Amino acid sequence: MKLIVNGEALEIDATTLAALLAALDHEGDWLATAVNSDLVHRANRAEFRLSDGDRIEILSPMQGG
Amino acid sequence: MFELLGTTLPSRLLLGTAQYPSPAILADAVKASGTSVVTVSLRREMAGGRADEKFWSLIRALGTRILPNTAGCHSVKEAVTTANMAREVFGTNWIKLEVIGNQDTLQPDVFGLVEAARILCEDGFDVLPYTTDDLVVAERLLDAGCKVLMPWCAPIGSALGPVNIMALRSMRGHFPDVPLIVDAGLGRPSHATTVMELGFDAVLLNTAVARAADPVGMARAFGKAVEAGREAFCSGMLEPRDVAVPSTPTFGRAAFR
Repeated sequence: MKLIVNGEALEIDATTLAALLAALDHEGDWLATAVNSDLVHRANRAEFRLSDGDRIEILSPMQGG
Repeated sequence: MFELLGTTLPSRLLLGTAQYPSPAILADAVKASGTSVVTVSLRREMAGGRADEKFWSLIRALGTRILPNTAGCHSVKEAVTTANMAREVFGTNWIKLEVIGNQDTLQPDVFGLVEAARILCEDGFDVLPYTTDDLVVAERLLDAGCKVLMPWCAPIGSALGPVNIMALRSMRGHFPDVPLIVDAGLGRPSHATTVMELGFDAVLLNTAVARAADPVGMARAFGKAVEAGREAFCSGMLEPRDVAVPSTPTFGRAAFR
């Protein structure tokens, strides 16, 4: 499946958001995820099915002012 | 003590966490400042993500309240989605709402700001909007559900200090019961004292501390400056006058001829 993850085009087999995070080694309770500009809660990642062309944002805490 | 959104805070200084020379200096500066609220942000996770995990552990170890921001967002949709993601990560309804409208001045897009504030307030957020000193925009933000206003006193990171004292004074006068926090543009502790003397409830700053030659010393200085300004405001300052008035009593003065 073709996905855009944090702005980069990826070809990846993951069919759910949780599977995508695991495949990318992005795991931890400090992450937040959005698909096509809408938040997907942590609790819903396992059942959230990805579609070809989805835009995924994976964000984590950073320094801020 | 400072009451903000139902929370009692020991300090009237809110401090950003960006641009410090090292994580250890950031932690020491936070402690030296006496602040009980630090601002943080969200950015794209890098592969592996271990640096982000370390930062998150450091922030949690500080034991302060966390105020996430929507820095870098230029549209209502971006800001609202980022706020929702921040609520999930940081577990707080507090959000410093930034919708940037001009890349050179980092001036807020006040139209987008009001719209995003309305959406987030309706969704249960406690919105702390980064805004200008415009009174009409302030009214609209309060109408949208904001309980706090955070006007700039100069562009972010400019270190200019309060460039429009009249506007700040006017804002304080128009909204006597709304917590007002000066956010952005402070460069020196005396700037912080000045806005606190005007009756502002608190200040939020980052660059002036983080980019100082000694961030820990500067954090301590700002903490004292904020306290000094607040105490001066509460103590009733003398108004300037155009004539000299002797401070030493003239009664009983000896007369020599």
